[in-house]
Amino acid sequence: MDKTPRTLPRQSWTFSNEVNSEIRRAAETGIYDIRGGGAKRRVPHFDDLLFLGASMSRYPLEGYREKCETGVTLGTRFAKKPIELKIPITIAGMSFGSLSGPAKEALGRGATMAGTSTTTGDGGMTEEERGHSEKLVYQYLPSRYGMNPDDLRRADAIEVVVGQGAKPGGGGMLLGQKITERVAGMRDLPQGIDQRSACRHPDWTGPDDLEIKILELREITKWEKPIYIKVGGARPYYDVALSVKAGADVIVLDGMQGGTAATQDVFIENVGQPTLACIRPAVQALQDLGMHRKVQLVVSGGIRTGADVAKALALGADAVSIGTAALIALGDNDPKWEAEYQALGSTTGAYDDWHEGRDPAGITTQDPELMARLDPVAAGRRLRNYLNVLTLECQTLARACGKSHVHNLEPEDLCALTIEAAAMAQVPLAGTNWIPGKGI
Amino acid sequence: MPSETGVKTLDMSAMELREINETLQSAAGSNEAFEVTNTRGAHAIAVGLDAPIHVTVKGSTGYYCAGMNKQATIHVKGSVGPGAAENMMSGTVIVDGDASQYAGATGHGGLLVVKGNASSRCGISMKGIDIVVHGNIGHMSAFMAQKGNLVVLGDAGDALGDSLYEARLFVRGSVKSLGADCVEKEMRPEHLKILADLLEKAGADAKPEEFRRYGSARKLYNFNIDHAGDY
Ligand SMILES: Cc1cc2nc3c(=O)[nH]c(=O)nc-3n(C[C@H](O)[C@H](O)[C@H](O)COP(=O)(O)O)c2cc1C
Repeated sequence: MDKTPRTLPRQSWTFSNEVNSEIRRAAETGIYDIRGGGAKRRVPHFDDLLFLGASMSRYPLEGYREKCETGVTLGTRFAKKPIELKIPITIAGMSFGSLSGPAKEALGRGATMAGTSTTTGDGGMTEEERGHSEKLVYQYLPSRYGMNPDDLRRADAIEVVVGQGAKPGGGGMLLGQKITERVAGMRDLPQGIDQRSACRHPDWTGPDDLEIKILELREITKWEKPIYIKVGGARPYYDVALSVKAGADVIVLDGMQGGTAATQDVFIENVGQPTLACIRPAVQALQDLGMHRKVQLVVSGGIRTGADVAKALALGADAVSIGTAALIALGDNDPKWEAEYQALGSTTGAYDDWHEGRDPAGITTQDPELMARLDPVAAGRRLRNYLNVLTLECQTLARACGKSHVHNLEPEDLCALTIEAAAMAQVPLAGTNWIPGKGI
Repeated sequence: MPSETGVKTLDMSAMELREINETLQSAAGSNEAFEVTNTRGAHAIAVGLDAPIHVTVKGSTGYYCAGMNKQATIHVKGSVGPGAAENMMSGTVIVDGDASQYAGATGHGGLLVVKGNASSRCGISMKGIDIVVHGNIGHMSAFMAQKGNLVVLGDAGDALGDSLYEARLFVRGSVKSLGADCVEKEMRPEHLKILADLLEKAGADAKPEEFRRYGSARKLYNFNIDHAGDY
C-alpha cells in the first residue's frame, strides 16, 4: 500500500457545491433559475448597527410607564385623507396570484388588528383583502391587471410602482401553474400561460410624465387619497428627489433584500443596493428639498425584528414595510412541513420555489387543497402578534434612547460594527468617531 | 351655465380643472350634456366619469383626456395628447383630430374612435377596449395587447402587435412590420361581423373585406428555450 500522505479533499470556494449545482441545472434545462424571496447573499444590514442607549448625557424613559408613541400619518403633503397608522410598520404589496386568497385575507386581518395597512399587488384587488383590510393601499403597476376606477376609489391610498428592490428594472412573472381560472380572469389573460408583466408603465415615461399621471389619478379620486411612489434601491438620492418632484405624498423605498414572488435568481442577487445603503441618501434628498417628514419615507427589504424597525427609523425613515417576514408569520417555511419541503428538493427556511404553486404551507399557491391548509383567522392572529412584538421591541429600544416617540430616534443613537456599515449608514464605527467617507 | 339647448358650458379659462372634473364626475342624469371650452391643451380633462352623460370637449387636450371613462360619451373636437381614454372601462370616446402616444392604453371596455391618426403604442396592453382609427397608427401599437379589437383604416407602423395575447388587430392598409409572435390570420365570417359592427359604430366608410386580420401565434405563451431569441 502506498504510504504517501494524502491531502484532504479540498472544495473550491469559487466552484462551490452550490455553484456547481447551478451549472448542472442550467446545462440540463437551458433556462435561468426562477425563484421567490429576496437576495440570499450576505450584505451589510441592520445587524451591523447597534444602539448606544442612554448614559450620562441622555435620559432613558421608564419602560411601561412613560409613553413612547408609535403612530404615523402617511400622506400629509397633498391628500385630503391621509392614512393614520397605529404602528410604523405596514404590510407590503404582494400580488393575488402569487399569494392565495386566504393568505391575502390573513394579511388583511392581521394588519387591521394591529392598526396598520396592507397593500394589493400585481393582479388587482380582491374582495378577500378589501373586505378584511381596514386600510388598503392599491398598487398601480405597469401591467395594470385588474386596474379600474371603482377599486381606485375604494382604496385608501394609491401606490404607483416604479420598481421593486428584488428586481429594479424588472417586470413581473407568474408562471402557468398559478394562472388558474380566477387569476386569469382578473388579469384578462388566457389560463395556464407563463405570464410576464411589463417592466415599464405603458402610458408614461420619466418623472415629468409621472407628474401628469399623478394629476390624473388625483383628479379621478378627488384629491382624497395619498399617492405613494415605490422605487427599488437603485439610485436612492435621485429616485427620491424625482419622486418628490413628480408629486408623491409618500415614497416607498425597497432595498435589494426585498422579497419577490418570482424573479430570475441572477436578477435578485446582482441588481440593486442593500437596504442599509439606501436610507441615508434617500433621507438626504428629502432634507435637501425641505421635505423630510413632509413626504413620508417607508423603507422595506429585509425587515425582521423590532431592532430593524428602530434602526430604519433612526436613519430617517417614517415607517417600514414587510413582505417576507409577514409570510413567515403566517406560516411560510414552517418546520412542520419539513417532510414535504424535502420531497420538493428543499428544506425549511430555504423553500423558495413559490412560482411552482406547490407551497406546502398553502400561502404561495392557487391549488385549492394546499390553500385550504391556511386558516386565515388563525394566521391573521399570528401576524397581529408578530406586528405587536415588532412594535414592543422598537419601543423598548426607543425608550432606552430616551425617546417619547419612535420618530425621535436619530442617527446619533447608533454606531456601526463594521466599516462597511459605518460608511453606508453614515454613523461612526463602534469605539471611534470615524464615519468613513465623511473626512472626520 | 345651462344654455338654451340644455348644454352646460364649463369654461376652462374661468374654472379650475378640479371644479370641472368634479361637476362632470357628480353628474348622474343620462340626458345631461356638457361642453368644455378653452381647453388650451390641459391635462386630465373629463377623467373618472361614471354616468351616461354627453361631454363635448371643444379644443385640443393634453395627457389622459377621458382617462378611466365609464359610461360617458366624450367627444373631443380637436386633437388629444398622450394616453387618451387610457384604461377606459365602458362608454365612447371620439377624437375628431389626431391622438398622441398610447391612445386607449390598457382599456378594458368601451369604444375609442380616432378620426385622424394615432401615434405609437396605440392600444398598448389593451384589455377589452375596441379602438377604431380612421387614419394610420405608429410603431409598437397593440404591444402586449390582451383583449379587444384594434381597427385601423390606414397603415400600421413597425412592430405591430409585439408580444400579443388575445386581442384582434384589423388593418386595411400596409403594415410596416409585425412584432414578435404576431402573425396574419385567416379572416373568418365571425371576424367580418365584428368588423362590420365596429366600422358602423365608428362611422367609418370602409368595407370589412378590405381588411387583414392579425393575431397571436401563441408561441411565447409558455417558455420554450428554442424561442428564446424571439423574446
Ligand atoms: C410573494 C411576494 C409577492 C410580491 N408581490 C409584489 C407586487 O405585486 N408588487 C410589488 O410592488 N411588490 C411585490 N413584492 C415585494 C414587496 O412588496 C416588498 O417590496 C418586499 O417583500 C419587502 O421586502 P421583505 O420581503 O424583505 O420584507 C412581493 C413580495 C413577495 C414576497
